[in-house]
Amino acid sequence: MILGASAAIVGCFSFLRKRALVGDAIAHSILPGVCLAFMVSGSKNPLYLIIGAFITGWLSLLLIDAITRTTKLKSDTAIGIILSVFFGVGILLLTSIQHSGNASQAGLDKFLFGKAASLTKDDVYIFGTIALILIAVVILFYKEFKLISFNPDYAKVIGLPVQFLEFMLATITVLAVAVGIQAVGVVLMAALLITPASGARFWTDKLSVMILIATAFGAISGFLGSYISYIAPSMPTGPWIVMCLSMLTIGSIWFAPRTGMLAKFRVQKENQRKILIENVLKLFYHLGEKDGTFKKQRSTSVLLASRDLRIKELNRGLHLLKKEHWLRKKGDNWLITQSGLNEAKRIIKLHRLWEMYLNQRLKLEPDHVHNDAEAIEHIITPELEKQLEKELNYPTKDPHESVIPYAE
Amino acid sequence: MISIETHNLTVSYNRRPVLWNIDFELPTGKIIGIIGPNGSGKTTLLKAIMGLVPTSSGYVKIFDQDLNDVRSRVSYVPQRESVDWDFPASVMDIVLMGRYKKNNLFKRISKADRDIAAEALEKVNMLEFSKRQISQLSGGQQQRVFIARSLAQGADLYIMDEPFIGVDAATEEAILKLLSDMKKDGKTVVVVHHDLQTAKDFFDWIVLLNTRMVAAGPIEEIFNETLLQEAYGGKLNVLSQVGDLMKEKAFDVRES
Ligand SMILES: Nc1ncnc2c1ncn2[C@@H]1O[C@H](COP(=O)(O)OP(=O)(O)O)[C@@H](O)[C@H]1O
Ligand SMILES: [Mg+2]
Repeated sequence: MILGASAAIVGCFSFLRKRALVGDAIAHSILPGVCLAFMVSGSKNPLYLIIGAFITGWLSLLLIDAITRTTKLKSDTAIGIILSVFFGVGILLLTSIQHSGNASQAGLDKFLFGKAASLTKDDVYIFGTIALILIAVVILFYKEFKLISFNPDYAKVIGLPVQFLEFMLATITVLAVAVGIQAVGVVLMAALLITPASGARFWTDKLSVMILIATAFGAISGFLGSYISYIAPSMPTGPWIVMCLSMLTIGSIWFAPRTGMLAKFRVQKENQRKILIENVLKLFYHLGEKDGTFKKQRSTSVLLASRDLRIKELNRGLHLLKKEHWLRKKGDNWLITQSGLNEAKRIIKLHRLWEMYLNQRLKLEPDHVHNDAEAIEHIITPELEKQLEKELNYPTKDPHESVIPYAE
Repeated sequence: MISIETHNLTVSYNRRPVLWNIDFELPTGKIIGIIGPNGSGKTTLLKAIMGLVPTSSGYVKIFDQDLNDVRSRVSYVPQRESVDWDFPASVMDIVLMGRYKKNNLFKRISKADRDIAAEALEKVNMLEFSKRQISQLSGGQQQRVFIARSLAQGADLYIMDEPFIGVDAATEEAILKLLSDMKKDGKTVVVVHHDLQTAKDFFDWIVLLNTRMVAAGPIEEIFNETLLQEAYGGKLNVLSQVGDLMKEKAFDVRES
């Protein structure tokens, strides 16, 4: 749980700095460090292993930086190179350790896939302390980290020690990875770092809230993953943690307010509904305009004949309008109400004003303006309406010489 | 008084110089335009002045001193497109960044800082948007937020990169009014601009730039046909070929 949470906090900054892949590179680069630390010290004490991990993790960052600065290679290429070289060396060392027959080597390979379930009490203390340090550093440098993630040039210009801050950020990233790897292993570490942040981003536009949500995601997944492998010991912890994280993130993509898919879908539906009822309402206006009276009842077939609409759509539109009390049903026929007529006038007015605007300001020919206006009439806000009226000086006729109806 | 002096400044990317021997002295208390076509090195010049890119030769002095000694008196407004506006932050958060100082790393933002930030927002007519998320701003509003952040710094010299690009008429007007107010307060404003049409009305002083300095001086002296032609008439052929060679042959501007 702690591991998940601390990785998530640090991951927020990697995510915002668009450094998602860096976490992956560090995770892979840590393996040779762990193996070397084990070979040198001969023990599996997590403190030694973390120190080893820390050294090679940092080394990989420096090398990536050096490669991108001195050669033409892009950073993703540099990351790829470092990642595979370090990981290759790591695997090599791991294999040689396993063949050396050292009695205490058993379990070292769990670094590849994580071993959260088999942590000892000592491990927990060490990891807990490191996690607390990470959180403290983030709280201490919160506003500076925010600035260097958003606009590092500006931070430099006002004289902040950007190099030092980037060093701190890199250090806690390496630490978070070194610790998190114990839970989920090398392969899934990048997911532990970045997934919570990307999921949390959907829920909020506030950095502090985003960090809290990401932390919660990390902690919940850490808990669920451990719980699952606790009740079903054959289940691996790491993959389940990442699985839970992915579910939370996919859930965020779907259900988040405003930015989520469902919310967007709903907005689309709402737009379609608006367009449909406004179009049907216009239909009544056009027919009334032609006949010189808006009080006439209209049958479905008359309505269908005068506009290209499918009968199902028309019926839906008619019933929606009835619910708004903009239409009344008389037997099989339909009649527009006074409030419906006002609404229809408003839409017609917008349509014709927009045609006027296109004609006058964009110098479009009168026969070119109709289709644009068909779409734009549905989205013009009252403020824009006022601006349009004023700019065009309250015209009475549109480019086709139809009367522009103003509200009485 | 001199606000910015560049002395024989040459700046290169991967050894290819994009600015050659820029040498000028800018006055204080004026609105100064740095004008040149796209790719002429305007942004690079500002970055060199602000110490964001290394110089190959020459130096920059601000108020006759090194940048490090006068940082608090200088404020930089980067190009609007240089950051990701999807970043989770509010307008107020961004403007408060202008109150961060190098000597108070751990200090929290105080009430006084908030008041100063609010005042800066008011000057650019954005106070009512202070809680708005920056991702929901229009281009003109983003630009005004950047300028407010810089105002919150309370500097004497302001350096702005293309503040008029892609902004609406209302923003343009608001910025121009602000510039003249700042001038009245004795501030110096240096503005990068690429549009010749408007340059004449905006600035008191201009520097014409096209990888080399074409001219610098009061607007009425500089704004003449020949010089403009020279600045906008394309790059100097030999100069850019030499630049290519330096990159190819790994030559440095200074023999070492
Ligand atoms: N980071 C960079 N690396 C290499 N070349 C660059 C870099 N930034 C700018 N350049 C080049 O330097 C020249 C000047 O760019 P810039 O200063 O942005 O011009 P301006 O701001 O006048 O449009 C351009 O040719 C551009 O391609
Ligand atoms: Mg530029």
